[in-house]
Amino acid sequence: MDFMTLIAIFDSTLRYATPLLLACLAGLYSERAGVVDIGLEGKMLGAAFVTGGVAYVTGSIWLGLLAGTAASIALSLIHGVASITYHGDQLISGVAINFLAAGLSIVIASAWFGLGGRTPSLPPEARFQNINLPLADTLQNVPILGPIYSELISGHTILVYVALLAVPVTWAVLFRTRFGLRLRAAGENPGAVDTAGVSVVRLRYYAILIAGLLCGLAGAYLADFAANFVKDMTAGRGFIALAALIFAKWRPWQAMGTCLLFGFLSAAAPYLENKSFMGIEVASQFIDALPYILTVIILAGFVGKAIPPRAGGQPYVKEQ
Amino acid sequence: MATATETGRQETAALASPAPAIELRGISKAFGPVQANKDISIRVEKGTVHGIIGENGAGKSTLMSILYGFYKADAGEIFIGGKETLIPDSQAAISAGIGMVFQHFKLVENFTVLENVVLGAEEGFRLTPSLRKARKLLTELAAEYELNVDPDALIEDLSVGHRQRVEILKALYRKADILILDEPTGVLTPAEADHLFRILEGLRDAGKTIILITHKLREIMDITDTVSVMRRGEMTATVKTSETSPEHLAELMVGRKVLLRVDKKPAQLGKEILKVENLRVVDEQGVERLKGIGFNIRAGEILGIAGVSGNGQSELLEVLGGYAEATGKVSLHGEELDLSGAESDAQSRRLKGIAHVPEDRHEEGLILNFHAWENMVFGYQNDPKYNKNKILMDNKAIWDETQAKMDRFDVRPPNPRLNAANFSGGNQQKIVLAREIERNPELLLIGQPTRGVDIGAIEFIHQQIVELRDQGKAILLVSVELEEVLSLADRIVVMFDGQIMGERLSSETDERELGMLMAGMKQGADA
Repeated sequence: MDFMTLIAIFDSTLRYATPLLLACLAGLYSERAGVVDIGLEGKMLGAAFVTGGVAYVTGSIWLGLLAGTAASIALSLIHGVASITYHGDQLISGVAINFLAAGLSIVIASAWFGLGGRTPSLPPEARFQNINLPLADTLQNVPILGPIYSELISGHTILVYVALLAVPVTWAVLFRTRFGLRLRAAGENPGAVDTAGVSVVRLRYYAILIAGLLCGLAGAYLADFAANFVKDMTAGRGFIALAALIFAKWRPWQAMGTCLLFGFLSAAAPYLENKSFMGIEVASQFIDALPYILTVIILAGFVGKAIPPRAGGQPYVKEQ
Repeated sequence: MATATETGRQETAALASPAPAIELRGISKAFGPVQANKDISIRVEKGTVHGIIGENGAGKSTLMSILYGFYKADAGEIFIGGKETLIPDSQAAISAGIGMVFQHFKLVENFTVLENVVLGAEEGFRLTPSLRKARKLLTELAAEYELNVDPDALIEDLSVGHRQRVEILKALYRKADILILDEPTGVLTPAEADHLFRILEGLRDAGKTIILITHKLREIMDITDTVSVMRRGEMTATVKTSETSPEHLAELMVGRKVLLRVDKKPAQLGKEILKVENLRVVDEQGVERLKGIGFNIRAGEILGIAGVSGNGQSELLEVLGGYAEATGKVSLHGEELDLSGAESDAQSRRLKGIAHVPEDRHEEGLILNFHAWENMVFGYQNDPKYNKNKILMDNKAIWDETQAKMDRFDVRPPNPRLNAANFSGGNQQKIVLAREIERNPELLLIGQPTRGVDIGAIEFIHQQIVELRDQGKAILLVSVELEEVLSLADRIVVMFDGQIMGERLSSETDERELGMLMAGMKQGADA
């Protein structure tokens, strides 16, 4: 495996990791505030569909992104009204969102475009452009560092950079601001927040709105990446993002690490197919299944104790 | 004593002085058909410690919740410092200078002390300046009022006493002039409680007003300047503490004379029923919870286990009750019990004649959303008399028995179809007690028999326990209420840190000596 192949693998690692990371951070905000969000998958899917449809119709990926994010936030609000305002079970309303998005996206897409639940392919001008960072071309020929900069770091669409930037921002918001302190407290002991004179309900709504926004970006990224929406195109990424969240113990930097690892497994799969290790040929299906196997291992608790926010999953009802 | 009034609305002339810290006028609050507060009026003078005492369900907590903005009163006015004030939410209460220390602390366990103190009262968007300011203030307050806590410690690493100090610091950080404490000593050792009282006295001397809600008469007598008594939603009296007595207050609370001391004959000791030797329990984290303890109980004897909660008493009950594993030797009537094998379960223990009234009736004693009649057979559901055959249960038999037991134990309302959750604490405890005592056990394990139970029911429950003893049964009583252990038990074993610190006959010891042992100070107690 030569150096350029390695660069190529890392490059596609970034592309695979981006939607996971956005969804994972979405879950992080939501769950840190005490709202379990199993509907990440549905929100991404809804956003991917609306982005694909609107971008095609208007010819602008930016309008698509706006509409897709709005759709995701609308789904978040359904979750919020059911589980925050009316104290419903967070898992149930999350599952409902997944079903709703999976079904509605196909039905509307069929009725709208008549392509059997797909949206038409986006022309290049209705997709995000790759951003070439300054000096990328000039530095291209510098050994080692040149390709790393111009191939790996430069030349992605804007959402990749947004996702990466969201990590330090999330860290700073959570651990260095008043809002973050209150948000985390709402997920640990909402009673403490309430008696301190701060509204738990409002905090949790803020959290799920941020989650809706980030899921919207993740969904738009998928639609843009594939240049259209197809049925179930999220392929469980919302659930893998939840697993990554657990693996990362609800911390932003660790979330990035985990999502990059998952992205790497997906990126490396094509290069590992039909190769043999120590005389054993690895089936390509096994390589494809690796991220999922890893997820199962993580969820089974083999990676040490992950303690979720203590009030996670519990609707906050004032005492007495 | 002569100043006590039964009408509630009046204040005594002696107490009246200008601009009280808090004045409530005609506060009423109903929850559906239940009138939790009825036309309550009270004046709390500035710079005093004002006690509010009453049975569970008397309406103390409701009144304080109204004052802290959790509930909106149906009628009545609140005056803070002479000005009428509306308190629609906790934020308004905080701005009015009211700070509340709840019975169950409102702290975020994996936050530091500093983070908990500033939560909700941060200076600006960025956290660092607030934390810096809070750190400085904490140092000042620590020096001023003996409120020392490490600002960077995580709450989960702090003792209960320290957590309570954090709650007080939270209130002071918010510039509270009026501090309300709800049952503050329930979880403290006697030494910690004394420390708390010193803090409160310091705060009072600095001009703060303190409202102390409690059901412990001794605390009221020790620290308050004035005391108000609540009964069934009404304020029955406000008196100067120096002009009243515990007996008088108890009478005002209950509305009739109660025996604070349990009336019992000397124990008629029989042969040894239970013998525990070298009992060890190691928990999931590998921490040794019981460190090789031993004791015995004879027929016709109540052995009391005193100690601050969390020193191994719960583990002891769990092992004897059959739902935790242990090593060592426990014998009942000389026959060794299985401590970790196939017969170490609760069912086997009950078949051997060990009945168990668990410490936490909500978690272990009852299933709250099951009916009373269903709750009445738990643990004995395999008894042939409740089973027609191998498949169907004889619900009629259970029902009739429940009805009879409810009558005998005066459970109110005597309705077997009511969910366990819908009974008051005292009546729930009577249901559990009826289930266990009516089985005529050889040994009764009973944990916190009167936790969350009103005074009337306490008396009844204590009588039942003494009666069982007089029938020649052995009783193991675990309670964190020292007064209860002292008055009920014949012999007392004090536990500290999974060990037995000492054993005393209850007739030959007192609260001071037991308190020293509970705090782990053997020498002090022996001296």
